[in-house]
Amino acid sequence: MSEVPPSTPPLLAVKEVAVRFDGIVALDGISFEIQKGQILGLIGPNGAGKTTLFNCLSRLYTPTSGDILFEGRTILDRPAHRISELGLGRTFQNVALFQHLSVLDNVLVGGHAKSRSDFVSDALRLPATRRGEAAMIREARDLIAYLELSEVADRVVAGLPFGTQKRVELARALASQPKLLLLDEPAGGLNHDEVGGLGRLIQQIRDDRNVTILLVEHHMGLVMSISDNVVALNFGKKIAEGPPALVRQEPELIRAYLGTGA
Amino acid sequence: MAAPAETTLSSSASDAVASVEMPRAARRDGTIAWVSRITFLVVALAIPLLFKNFVVFQFTQMLVYAIAILGLNLLTGFNGQFSLGHSAFYALGAYTAAIMMDQYSVSYIWTLPAAGVICFVAGFLFGLPALRLEGIYLALATFSLAIATPQILKLSPLEHWTGGVQGIVIIKPDPPPGVPLNQDQWLYYFTLAVGLLLYILARNLVKSRSGRALMAIRDNPIAARSMGVNLALYKSLAFGTSALYTGIAGALGAIIIQFVAPDSFTLVLSIAFLVGLVVGGVGWLPGAIFGGAFVLFVPNIAEGVSKGLSGAVYGIILILLIYLMPTGAAGFVRAVLSRLKS
Repeated sequence: MSEVPPSTPPLLAVKEVAVRFDGIVALDGISFEIQKGQILGLIGPNGAGKTTLFNCLSRLYTPTSGDILFEGRTILDRPAHRISELGLGRTFQNVALFQHLSVLDNVLVGGHAKSRSDFVSDALRLPATRRGEAAMIREARDLIAYLELSEVADRVVAGLPFGTQKRVELARALASQPKLLLLDEPAGGLNHDEVGGLGRLIQQIRDDRNVTILLVEHHMGLVMSISDNVVALNFGKKIAEGPPALVRQEPELIRAYLGTGA
Repeated sequence: MAAPAETTLSSSASDAVASVEMPRAARRDGTIAWVSRITFLVVALAIPLLFKNFVVFQFTQMLVYAIAILGLNLLTGFNGQFSLGHSAFYALGAYTAAIMMDQYSVSYIWTLPAAGVICFVAGFLFGLPALRLEGIYLALATFSLAIATPQILKLSPLEHWTGGVQGIVIIKPDPPPGVPLNQDQWLYYFTLAVGLLLYILARNLVKSRSGRALMAIRDNPIAARSMGVNLALYKSLAFGTSALYTGIAGALGAIIIQFVAPDSFTLVLSIAFLVGLVVGGVGWLPGAIFGGAFVLFVPNIAEGVSKGLSGAVYGIILILLIYLMPTGAAGFVRAVLSRLKS
């Protein structure tokens, strides 16, 4: 820890992170940083290790070696349920909503980490509980309105169209007021028009809500058009890093995607 | 398992917070909810005045089962954890009440909080190792609890307390002085009051931050964890709270029957709770009363149809009910309500 701190410490620093499952190397010493206010795109073909890395960031996996620093402090000493409170929110690849709860309740669960309560005061509905609940519902409704979900706010999630569910997941992730938002393939399953709207939405969220964004995405057009920086993975290794315009010309990346040469 | 789709049935109804700009449909839902509540209360209050003592006693027993099913619903319907072991918590509550009244002459009223606390602790502690078990494996672990309980209650080292195979006979409590009710009527109202209180607490819990965390775990444990929900804590609390309800039901059951014995608390009782839960509607709190009614009355009805084949008749009634109301009384009530609205 004798390094000289840089002038602006990164919000997130991934340092030499490696993950091995039973001899299979899923991540092989990945390092990169995200500066506050950035949108960083994480790209790579299927099986490149993007989701594995995401799962390390939300502590669902523990790296075999390496470290992950958020605001300069390691997150590896925390269990998964104490990551959200740091200001690290996430969405999931194939939508992991609470299917039998309403949109509002899903968003309210998103705010779980930044609120406090216990079984006894909740069961008794003490005045403090009521006030807390009212405030949470107000905030959740604001967020629901922000993501244009007000019409379905009281509907159960299970019956909603996929694109709507993805926005619900975004609202749920924002409910914890994250400093860093991890988006796992937000464009997956969306049509062309929806992807365009999504790109604008992600930028708008970054600007309105002061959120830094780490975006894992297959949709090259989306990543290249909104990212400030791009990190490309293949077979668990980082093969390119830099602004989109540079990364897209990286021969290794082209090979990884087109499978020529090698 | 059957997906508990009933959890948000009345999320908009009569929610004081949401009433600011409640749409008309929600207000109508609220009206229907209040009409059903008042109807239930009027009927429930009138029962002891309309029926003979034995029938009043049966209704009291129905309420006791409903409380136990309410507890099981908190665990299974709202948190997605199975239990075939709730007869053990029911027994623990029943014996707590019986021993306190028999050996220490404690008033029956005070046995309820004691049974609740003891069962909460027992449930919470059982919930901890159960954390590693999911679905049918948890069902098996709790199954062993149900199998072991009657035998443990018969053990000779515990006989001084439990009365061994003979069990414990307790004295039927009198109504408070000046209350113009007989013992059965009084115990009915007492049980009704306890049940209503527990129902309101359960309802508050389910509609709170804690309740949402429980349901989030049921629907998607990994996402719940990423939202900051401490799975171990909430699952154990769910187990403890569920056991608390069932334990209080057990204590009430002991008080109204005036007797506890090991063989009243077998696996059959656990399964009866589970049947009551499904019949009432998984994840729907008012379903407990329907479940309680089923558990108490349907075996009697079956016996009335055919003494020799009562089990088969019971089975047929159960199959018919599940066929006609696949989501239990919850779905049936919902269908009737939507018919009323249109």
